[in-house]
Amino acid sequence: MLNPRLPDGTRLEISLTVNGAARTIHAYPMTRLLDVLREELNLTGTKEGCGEGECGSCSILMDGFLVNSCLIPALQANGTSIVTIEGLANDNRLHPLQKAFLECGAAQCGICTPGMILAALHLLDKIPQPSLDEIREGLSGNLCRCTGYFQIFEAVAKLSRNGVAD
Amino acid sequence: MRFCAYCEGVKLTESEETIIGTSVPRKEGRDKVTGAARYVDDIRLPGMLYGATVRSKIARGKIKRISFSPEIDWNEYVIATAKDVPGKNCIALILDDQPCLVDGVINHPEEPVVLIAHPDKHALAKAVEGVVIESDPLPAIYSMEGSEKQSEIIWGTDNIFKSFLIEKGDVDRVWAEADFIVEGEYFTGAQEHLYIENNGMIAVFDSVAGVTVWGSLQCPFYVHKALMALCGLPEEKIRVVQLETGGAFGGKEEYPSMIAGHASILAMKSGRPVKIVYDRLEDMVATTKRHPSRTRHRTALRKDGKILGGEIDFTIDGGAYATLSSVVLSRGTIHAGGPYLWPSVRIRSKAVATNTPPHGAFRGFGAPQSLFAMERHMDRIAKIVGLSPVEIRRRNFLQPGQTTTTEQVIREPINLSDLLDKSLAHASYKAKKENFARENKTSSIKKGMGIAAFLHGAGFTGSGERYLDSVVGMEGTADGSVRILVSSTEFGQGTNTVLCQIAAEALGIPYESVTIAQADTTIVPNSGPTVASRTAMIVGNLVRSAAIGLKQTLQLDGTLKKTFKPAEFGAACRKYVAEKGLLRSLARYNSPEGVYWDDVTYKGEAYAAYAWAVYVAEVSVDLTTYAAKVENFVALQEIGKVLHPVLAEGQIIGGIAQAIGLALYEKVLWQNGRMLNGQMTNYIMPASCDLPPIRVVFEEIGNPHGAYGAKGIGELPMDGPAPAILNAIVDALGVPFDSIPLLPEDILEAITRRVQSRQQITSPQESPC
Repeated sequence: MLNPRLPDGTRLEISLTVNGAARTIHAYPMTRLLDVLREELNLTGTKEGCGEGECGSCSILMDGFLVNSCLIPALQANGTSIVTIEGLANDNRLHPLQKAFLECGAAQCGICTPGMILAALHLLDKIPQPSLDEIREGLSGNLCRCTGYFQIFEAVAKLSRNGVAD
Repeated sequence: MRFCAYCEGVKLTESEETIIGTSVPRKEGRDKVTGAARYVDDIRLPGMLYGATVRSKIARGKIKRISFSPEIDWNEYVIATAKDVPGKNCIALILDDQPCLVDGVINHPEEPVVLIAHPDKHALAKAVEGVVIESDPLPAIYSMEGSEKQSEIIWGTDNIFKSFLIEKGDVDRVWAEADFIVEGEYFTGAQEHLYIENNGMIAVFDSVAGVTVWGSLQCPFYVHKALMALCGLPEEKIRVVQLETGGAFGGKEEYPSMIAGHASILAMKSGRPVKIVYDRLEDMVATTKRHPSRTRHRTALRKDGKILGGEIDFTIDGGAYATLSSVVLSRGTIHAGGPYLWPSVRIRSKAVATNTPPHGAFRGFGAPQSLFAMERHMDRIAKIVGLSPVEIRRRNFLQPGQTTTTEQVIREPINLSDLLDKSLAHASYKAKKENFARENKTSSIKKGMGIAAFLHGAGFTGSGERYLDSVVGMEGTADGSVRILVSSTEFGQGTNTVLCQIAAEALGIPYESVTIAQADTTIVPNSGPTVASRTAMIVGNLVRSAAIGLKQTLQLDGTLKKTFKPAEFGAACRKYVAEKGLLRSLARYNSPEGVYWDDVTYKGEAYAAYAWAVYVAEVSVDLTTYAAKVENFVALQEIGKVLHPVLAEGQIIGGIAQAIGLALYEKVLWQNGRMLNGQMTNYIMPASCDLPPIRVVFEEIGNPHGAYGAKGIGELPMDGPAPAILNAIVDALGVPFDSIPLLPEDILEAITRRVQSRQQITSPQESPC
């Protein structure tokens, strides 16, 4: 939560875990977590589509919750554990969900893909065998203009059939 | 559970016997799913400044004064206005009428006037507010009707950017013979592309090397041409490089030249790299949209429903500058007659000027507009003549040997009646229509079925491909792989993948042995713009020619045997490069034999190939909320050879999703020439819960002019859904709707109006749908 007594323009030390590694940065309290990730930590896989929490391109996992990183002030991320798209592939080996996205044509232009994959991961974590309606609902915060979604649904369903193998 | 017919077809492992027709992995797919792909906003250069654009707030007027707020230390900023343009202050495209920065006269809201740059991007927003543009407003025009009245001349001598006339037969004679004359008027609205990656560019200036720009774009050589004029630099001193591009849909065809120009002007003035990336609001309100349109039909028919002839009047709103409107108009005009036989027809069309930001290229490029009108009009005709929507189409379909409105002879063995039957069967059309007619009587949820039959010409219109004169290059490399050199760009549709498939197939080597060069104007030849559904068909064919050329070079040289194994090809490349140096082949476009087009009379072979389709929509309208919902959708099309089933299906489903948006969700709200709802919060595109199951069916006749029989595919699915959906809504409610987008409030209003007018008239007469 924001501390109202902090003077405007003071950089704070913020410690967080990103993709399993402890990181400490200095940021203004209201800097968007999206900018911290992209500019301070150079994790540019997290994308900005709208900057107002509508498109979901900046989706990340924060303490297991799916959040729009454009809406999270840096201060709120202090002490949390973050997963971004860069945290999924293991030693150059694709996560099964990434592989399913490739196989099903679920990534076209690719700009919504990182956020979409994290939303799908979050969904499968909560509901390992989702129905079509549950997939639709689980991805409803993530807009894709290229695919018309069905190949993304198929990627998620494929993984739920095969199981998350890592 | 299966949601897509073709997903299981993907082969992630090594080479197949036949590469064409199989779903190989997307070339740049791995980078996209891991987040490693680099888009323009992911790039930071040392010493880079961030640029922003100060835009006009009024629609039309003369600038009196530009002042800068004393509260800001302007010494920190680089500032540029029209007087800082090094070359000619225009965006060179077709006509050079659009300035890069306003010089005196404002012609639309959000027109760029002043550029500023600063090392801290967070220092820009306040500074943009600190620039005050004082101006004397002039009367402005906000509608096509206003433009036609010419109460103000805002462009040229008559507010008309371009007009066309197509005449076939003697249409003036048909009215006397007609059993029925059916008239209708149809409207389509503006549509925002809403690619998820906003527009952006980075420019660097060096007094020796000149200007280099990297960015999100479709057409590197369009930007190249624009920057030469704007920067006043020769060809070799402009370099344009495409970065990974997060969606385009036509929206990154012409406007990137503007942003590249702005970044270049700031880079030349400051001597530092400059990045301009729009935020969502700026991208939505300032860049191009689909042209709004109005189409009027007047059709003469025989008793049996056969079309005798007709007049079609097609008008599009071009916005304040000519940009690409003439070409959009051309395609819309040629497609206005749909897939039907017109023994006689007169099509008049024009693109008019208004004081809104210029409308531009958008998937379908005028065809979705005029085909919407044609397909709604066919249903109106059916109702008046007393035939079903199925039968009226069947009786008028074009057949092999007959001619289109431009008198192009249909030479391929297309059987539209057969496509219609198949799509109806997939949709269970007859049974559902009967059920709905029964159930609708007692239900507050009304259901209906609608169809649309249509065609889409692939490649540039008429002489376009001849003028483009595209060139494709291919190199054998020192490591034995092959590299394709094209300016054709990847922005999601699969250019990289399909072109590599074609090269691999032509050379008989694995797909993995072919790469594609980044679209960099200093490295690749000009294979034309990535537009008009031309890349797989036309550029693909040139890739095939270049591949054959490469193979022949090695064979004639004796480095490669007549028949060879893939490994031997790689070895031959390595040997040739080691011993002789550069191994490169070029292929240049040759227009097919016997193709004739007259730019003046608009007669002849408008397109080298047409894709054909029949789409069926099942729709429900809930009379509690007045929301229309597409419940099921069948998309059957003949697109020639399907080169890559997963990508092809992705193009079709994605296009249908965008077209459902056009039909039911996406409404641009205008006020005095400005878009009011420039956010994803209030401009609504389909989300994951909004789309029906979509059944995609491909028919493959083939195409002698396309790579391995391919036709164009990208734009086709944009054409049919809107009229099919509206026809289904009309079927469900019995109320005619002729305008898109059709939102719940529009349905409510129409039904309310109808109830009121019924109450006023004692003997109600059924109005034709």
